[in-house]
Amino acid sequence: MNYDKNLAEIRTMIARHRRWDRLFLITGIVALMIAMLVFLALIIGMVIDGAPRLAMDFFTSFPSRRPEAAGILSAWVGTTLVMLVTAVAAVPLGISAGVYLEEYAPKNLLTEIIEINVTNLAGVPSIIYGLLALGLFVYQLGLGQSILAAGLTLALLILPVVIVATREAIRSIPVSIREGAYAMGATKWQTVSDHILPYSSAGILTGIIIGLARAIGETAPIITIGALTFIAFLPESPIQSEFPFLSFEWLMAPFTVMPIQMFNWVSRPEEAFQLNAAAAGLVLVVMTLAMNGLAIYLRYNLRKKIKW
Amino acid sequence: MLVSESMVFFEHVSLREFLTDTQWTPLFDDAHYGILPLVSGTIVSSVVALAVALPFGTIIAIYLSEFAPFTVREIAKPFLELLGGIPTVVYGYFALLFVTPMLQFFFPGLPGFSLLSAGLVMGVMIIPYVSSMTEDAMRSVPMHLREGSYATGATRFQTAIKVVVPASLSGIAAAYILGISRAVGETMVVAIAAGMQPNLTWNPAEPAATITTYIVQVSLGDLPHGSIGYQTIFAAGLTLLLITLIFNILGHLLRKYYREVY
Repeated sequence: MNYDKNLAEIRTMIARHRRWDRLFLITGIVALMIAMLVFLALIIGMVIDGAPRLAMDFFTSFPSRRPEAAGILSAWVGTTLVMLVTAVAAVPLGISAGVYLEEYAPKNLLTEIIEINVTNLAGVPSIIYGLLALGLFVYQLGLGQSILAAGLTLALLILPVVIVATREAIRSIPVSIREGAYAMGATKWQTVSDHILPYSSAGILTGIIIGLARAIGETAPIITIGALTFIAFLPESPIQSEFPFLSFEWLMAPFTVMPIQMFNWVSRPEEAFQLNAAAAGLVLVVMTLAMNGLAIYLRYNLRKKIKW
Repeated sequence: MLVSESMVFFEHVSLREFLTDTQWTPLFDDAHYGILPLVSGTIVSSVVALAVALPFGTIIAIYLSEFAPFTVREIAKPFLELLGGIPTVVYGYFALLFVTPMLQFFFPGLPGFSLLSAGLVMGVMIIPYVSSMTEDAMRSVPMHLREGSYATGATRFQTAIKVVVPASLSGIAAAYILGISRAVGETMVVAIAAGMQPNLTWNPAEPAATITTYIVQVSLGDLPHGSIGYQTIFAAGLTLLLITLIFNILGHLLRKYYREVY
């Protein structure tokens, strides 16, 4: 008798729990759908507004006061040059810091401080990097509002990303590889350069690409150091036709980058400029997504090729 | 660097005035230097953003880690990574040109610049960070805890909220703190969609400026080095840095003391 009553209660309880379970399943799917919907709305909206503007002359004209004639030439050239500086600065520094922290650093207080600093750096809002760069690079070091300053600022910004990626990649190498190298009598540097670095290059490369993808879209720090928004000329080309065939003038030139150009266009009230902004945004998003996609693809493929 | 420049600022403006004056108009002739309007803008926009990001992010994370079949997870994870990789200016553009008109359709009378649309889009932007960190935290909970729970007849939902979430609380707290830092420090979305007018208000349906958008606004103009206007952005930046640091330390402490080791 008692069992019957309890059984009915238990059945209702189970049914109720099942109901909640299914409800949450639906909620989860709906939440995911909403996120996807927002993403699609963003992309499709930009394509509708911006794709008509994506003709060849968009990429090869300078911005101008007339929206139909405006283009992103100075912007994407600026982005490319700044990325060059960023990569050259961040990659060697980040990889060496990562290798040092993983392989060479002793476990003392100094190392802990360095590690804490790296983690904190990753959490600082990007605009504060801009302020730091303004005070330090632009004024103190006298670099002016130049491509060099911007590149260095962005390098600082993505340095934690590169360092962490390097450390993670190195950490995933089995200890036996290292032990095998030491057993053959290799020095530390030989182990690192011949064994550790080649195996971790996939992870490091992925980290670098993700860092650069992030740096491309960063607007705030570059605005802070004074990138101008209306540039109608290009910096001097690094390849000159006279001796010495390489010139470094371009490092110190004023410039603009793509996100800033888009920001500038979005802030204008004329509708035609909004279309331009959409087109610029489309280019930016395509670049970013392509780089992220490349990183994901590389990470997937190179991981398969590793033979321990 | 922030501290040294701010020191000069504080020689001109007393600390008390900085903290309590309710207007922030350092570039006008009648200069006021209270930072409250900027802080209120930051707080309101962050609260709106987090009200979107934290629930969505957590729900998506729980769904992905406990409920979703393998293929769904493999599609959703890269997708969320891509969502988090979109440059913030693009989100700002989206907020201004799509979200605001849509909101105006529902709430006529909403001004063209508002913290609400900026906050909503910022929330969507932070969802990937929250959800991926939460999901990683939940995935590191060992299977045998879940298996024990299922063995006693619990549903997936019950297991998720009664076993897995409490076990991964430190990771989830870290994810929330990361989201908060991101929301507080975000610049471009708010700069584009919320206007740049410092305004002491707690109402999200009004235009306002945050600490970050003020810095952008000043940098867009021309400022002589060493002037008081120049120093204001450093003072504002110092405030922002302190807020962020406090949250980071909080996160670090939370992780250390609540971490469960298996």
